[in-house]
Amino acid sequence: MTMRIYIPRDAGAVAVGADDVAAALEQAAAAGGTTIEIVRTGSRGLYWLEPMVEVATARGRVAFGPLNTANAPAVLDAMIADAPHPLRLGIADEIPWLKRQTRLTFARCGVVDPRSVEDYRAHSGYQGLQRALQLSSDEILADVTASGLRGRGGAGFPTGIKWKTVAQASADQKYIVCNADEGDSGTFADRMIMEGDPFVVIEGMTIAGVAVGATKGYIYIRSEYPHAVIAMNAAIAAAKRAGYLGTRIGDSAHSFDLEVRVGAGAYVCGEETSLLESLEGRRGIVRAKPPLPAHTGLFGRPTVINNVLSFAAIPFILSGGAKAYADFGMGRSRGTMPIQLAGNIRYGGLFETAFGVTLGELVDDIGGGTFTGRPVRAVQVGGPLGAYFPRALFDTPFDYEAFAARDGLIGHGGVVVFDDSVDMARQARFAMEFCAVESCGKCTPCRIGSTRGVETIERIIRGERVAENLAVVEDLCNTMKFGSLCALGGFTPYPVLSAFRHFRDDFGPAPARLQAAE
Amino acid sequence: MTMAFEPWNVARGAEIITEHAKLDGATLVILHALQEAFGYVPEPAIPMVATALNLSRAEVHGVFTFYHDFRKAPAGRHVLKLCRAEACQAAGGDALAARAEAKLGITIGNTTADERVTLEPIYCLGLCATAPSAMLDGRVVGRLDEARIDALVAEAKR
Repeated sequence: MTMRIYIPRDAGAVAVGADDVAAALEQAAAAGGTTIEIVRTGSRGLYWLEPMVEVATARGRVAFGPLNTANAPAVLDAMIADAPHPLRLGIADEIPWLKRQTRLTFARCGVVDPRSVEDYRAHSGYQGLQRALQLSSDEILADVTASGLRGRGGAGFPTGIKWKTVAQASADQKYIVCNADEGDSGTFADRMIMEGDPFVVIEGMTIAGVAVGATKGYIYIRSEYPHAVIAMNAAIAAAKRAGYLGTRIGDSAHSFDLEVRVGAGAYVCGEETSLLESLEGRRGIVRAKPPLPAHTGLFGRPTVINNVLSFAAIPFILSGGAKAYADFGMGRSRGTMPIQLAGNIRYGGLFETAFGVTLGELVDDIGGGTFTGRPVRAVQVGGPLGAYFPRALFDTPFDYEAFAARDGLIGHGGVVVFDDSVDMARQARFAMEFCAVESCGKCTPCRIGSTRGVETIERIIRGERVAENLAVVEDLCNTMKFGSLCALGGFTPYPVLSAFRHFRDDFGPAPARLQAAE
Repeated sequence: MTMAFEPWNVARGAEIITEHAKLDGATLVILHALQEAFGYVPEPAIPMVATALNLSRAEVHGVFTFYHDFRKAPAGRHVLKLCRAEACQAAGGDALAARAEAKLGITIGNTTADERVTLEPIYCLGLCATAPSAMLDGRVVGRLDEARIDALVAEAKR
């Protein structure tokens, strides 16, 4: 009997040896005369256990991890004999870290073969599109609105309203654009879903096309994600072959086609108007709004532009799950958020859960504190433009409004943990440096403010007129926050000011620094 | 694995440009394709792209210089990219980057005198739960420590 073994092809798993483990298992099986079939999947998102390998059994998939080339043969023996092994983790679905999640968007990630439409369909794939094809545009929009879904890229704009605006616009051509320029450090959910379940992104974009009357879509993927580019292109080709992309999709009157475009290393292209400029083949210079992309977007046409995770949430919602989706969450943040635990963390990975979980639960309980074993000192939430939170604010619930009320943002859901060796003055300087390097240069507060910010924070670090220079940086931050054209200049003040506010001891002459903030 | 590139050749450049010129918003696609073939975007290609897309030479030059990815000269035989963003900083990436610089005798952003290794920063590979991370000629490596960074540097120098 052939034994089926699942090994992730996810870049995060490959980076810690998944390809070598696959080769070692194959070799060990051949040497022992066992026939195995290896299926390369996405990652389940339990990265401290990667490479995590699963074997199909009558009771479900049994997981082992973390594997390496040395322990792979012994693990294979344990799989064959169904015997105990120190790396045996039990039934994968029953692993507590996975079981306590609410996986709506990531239900299939790490489970299915990301190259196979059949496997996607066997796991309830394309049910959302099937239903959408029988609904009117208004009915689809009603479902999206009822789900309460808000843009998962960071801005949190209601997806239903955005789509409705495009649906109501009249034009000879409309576009669907997927923002897969996931540049925020500490975020990797877009990468994971594109590599692990690309069809859910394709299906979500197709539903958007049907809803607003767009026949062409683009996925703009950053060049730092070569594995995701390969996975999306393979999935698009497979969807075309199966009749889910192209003319008369799923035997309906609708047509929809998709194309992958690759970025070129500019962080600012994650900003939607800059991304559209880049897609049009120009410098990624931010556009002034209005006009909104929903009215005048790609090539001047009405355009739905959403993040990968927004589109990936759509198939569940359209398969009759709008109310179920809205039933999760708190306040105006409905549904689930794929949260990414990263940096100096013991149990790092993808944790999809309903809004409302507190930062403390995420970092201490789910994340298990730091990898180094030292105390957690600061947590940056929402990428390079997100605020640093001290332990004193760990009761903040994961919710758009709750984070805003504490001068922070949830952004794309990245949580980066730092231990007590962090120097927050350096982190504040880095935020300004990053903005200076990545600024598109269009507006003055961002272009010049960031450079002046680096210089002034350096003076503070050197201990020159600390109080006066802190006041200068605060003033500069206010100018950037209210005067910048987009979130790059507008949000860079979040990490800078939060570092000042919560870790003041780090700003000043050397002896005072490196003491615990509170 | 060494990246194998073709030497610059006008006819081959023209062929690549023509292949993609019909696409909407083709500039980035063409620049990527040229760099994939030649290892960089040769200067003579810029006016050729401009002509093919009915753009000014300045417009194409502007696009070429805006994006960090595009090179105006070939890189070293191996390119080692170290992630320098916050998640990797939190996991000790700064010390490892300094170590790589010391071992190679160059600072980040430069190529060794023997043109074997180019050391570059990258702002996030999306491997933030297995930080610190790096990419050597397109191969991703996570959970870097001193031994692993030393091995990567040694591999790049070979």
